[in-house]
Amino acid sequence: MPLDIAIAQFRPSKGDLDATLDGCAGIIRRAAGAERRPRLVVFPETALTGYFLEGGVREQAIAAPELFEALNARVGEDADGLDVAIGFYERDAAGIYNSALYATLGPGGGILHVHRKVFLATYGVFQEERFVEAGAGIRAFDAPPGRIALLICEDGFHSVSGTLAALDGASIILILSASPARGAAPGAGVPGNLVRWEALASAIAAEHGVFVIVSQLVGFEGGKGFAGGSAAYDPHGHRLLAGPLWEEAVLPVRVDLDEAARARTEEPLFSDLERSWTRLLVNSPGSGVRRPAPDGE
Amino acid sequence: MTRAWPPPGTAEARAPHPADRGPLDIDTDLVRDWLVQFLREEIERRRGFRRVVVGLSGGVDSALTAALCAEALGPAAVLALLLPYRTSSPRSREHALLVAEKFGIPTRTIDITRAVDGYLDEFEPEAGGHRRGNVAARQRMIVLFDQAFKLSALPVGTGNKSERLLGYYTWHADDSPPVNPLGDLFKSQVWALARAVGVPAEVVDKPATADLVQGQTDEEDLGATYPEADLILHHLISGRGPDDLVEAGFERKKVELVAGRLESTHWKRHLPTVAMLSPTAIGEWYLRPVDY
Repeated sequence: MPLDIAIAQFRPSKGDLDATLDGCAGIIRRAAGAERRPRLVVFPETALTGYFLEGGVREQAIAAPELFEALNARVGEDADGLDVAIGFYERDAAGIYNSALYATLGPGGGILHVHRKVFLATYGVFQEERFVEAGAGIRAFDAPPGRIALLICEDGFHSVSGTLAALDGASIILILSASPARGAAPGAGVPGNLVRWEALASAIAAEHGVFVIVSQLVGFEGGKGFAGGSAAYDPHGHRLLAGPLWEEAVLPVRVDLDEAARARTEEPLFSDLERSWTRLLVNSPGSGVRRPAPDGE
Repeated sequence: MTRAWPPPGTAEARAPHPADRGPLDIDTDLVRDWLVQFLREEIERRRGFRRVVVGLSGGVDSALTAALCAEALGPAAVLALLLPYRTSSPRSREHALLVAEKFGIPTRTIDITRAVDGYLDEFEPEAGGHRRGNVAARQRMIVLFDQAFKLSALPVGTGNKSERLLGYYTWHADDSPPVNPLGDLFKSQVWALARAVGVPAEVVDKPATADLVQGQTDEEDLGATYPEADLILHHLISGRGPDDLVEAGFERKKVELVAGRLESTHWKRHLPTVAMLSPTAIGEWYLRPVDY
């Protein structure tokens, strides 16, 4: 079954929520009016504000329903039935989170899922744990295009994230990322962090037989450059497309959801995982199960 | 995006060695695009400026900076300021003009001799070369910022990573412009990028000098060549200790010299130390990014 997705490699107007929402809405409206209308538009991590806000998250964080209403109010009827995934700093009664909203736009739509980033990057240039709370878990959810899971940036650096998403039934994993460019060694033609992303995302796709969509932020924030280079991978781990460097772009990609089943049949790694997962957990360190010492000890 | 094998990542390949300059190799096409985009965004989009001023000394750092600014904003949006002091080498001026001509950048010369000597001759006639150099560097920034204000332009800095790590610059002078494209490039990487961008060979290949004292060169001052110092600095700030480098074959005297400069100049890479009195101290508790 073919599914059209648009990856919105987006540059926010940092600190200007209204202007940024207008920019997002413009992309959504244009996607909705495109000849080959996508079913889903995927924005990057922190698309609503920019990534490096430090204490500014207090002023810029909004509630998920508020974001949903703000988008709906701007796109009008044009986007009825279109799905959107978008990264934002989320405020709720318990705290502030680095989150991703998944919603179907229009009066018949609604919020289908909010994922809160689990693995908060707090090293080197990153300071997330100083300013936001960590999410509790990774779950897949049913959406009109299929069963989907959301990951945010460093979530995707931990192989267990893709594993949990796949085990919960996801056939499409959307990774919303804001990855500051670093590393300029000759060879790949792209910053080193994108070489890393290529390895990570294609490995998740190939191991679990899922589609992986990586939507990257673009633009400079205080000298840190988000290079773009969004990408999509099929369930064999092959890259379907790559976004340009340094520029905004809306990248259409058509995926054949039946390909996931074919990939899993061809190389049944996922069924091997499903069969072994519980046994592995029970026998893993920290499970509370005391394993007998080997003979002779 | 081209698909490529990842760079070699074995422990052997990563181990420091004085002859292995691989860690400092850069994709000059990629870095050129990167810095041009950086300049456009930080100057135009984030700060709303259309013009820049660059102090063009005749050296490779300011030549490369001016060339990148011209590529990012158009040559007419760049004003190259030649700011000679009476002891500056005439060759520096020739090279600065060569660069301006090559990249089509307009220039203006403002001789800072009277401004510098007006203070020194009347109040501090005994000041030696080092102090005169510092006063000249700070005077250049006075002119750069004033010209920027007059032209509604942004001053662009030219300091490289080697100088910053070695503390080889005048504090609150060379390092003061609000935007700097070269600050994360070692001097040897600046040379590579300058060649790729087309900075004239006379400028790239000559010995680096701050031109504060006649005949002075950076490398004589430092006691190590930039290629030597850059590689040592790279390994030190990547987590290797001086003893690790000596064991790997680096010359102990040069490792200690570079490490000594690095460790004694951390203060120079920071804003002034402010006494914290409250839980809303700026930059300590009240944290907002520069572009917010």
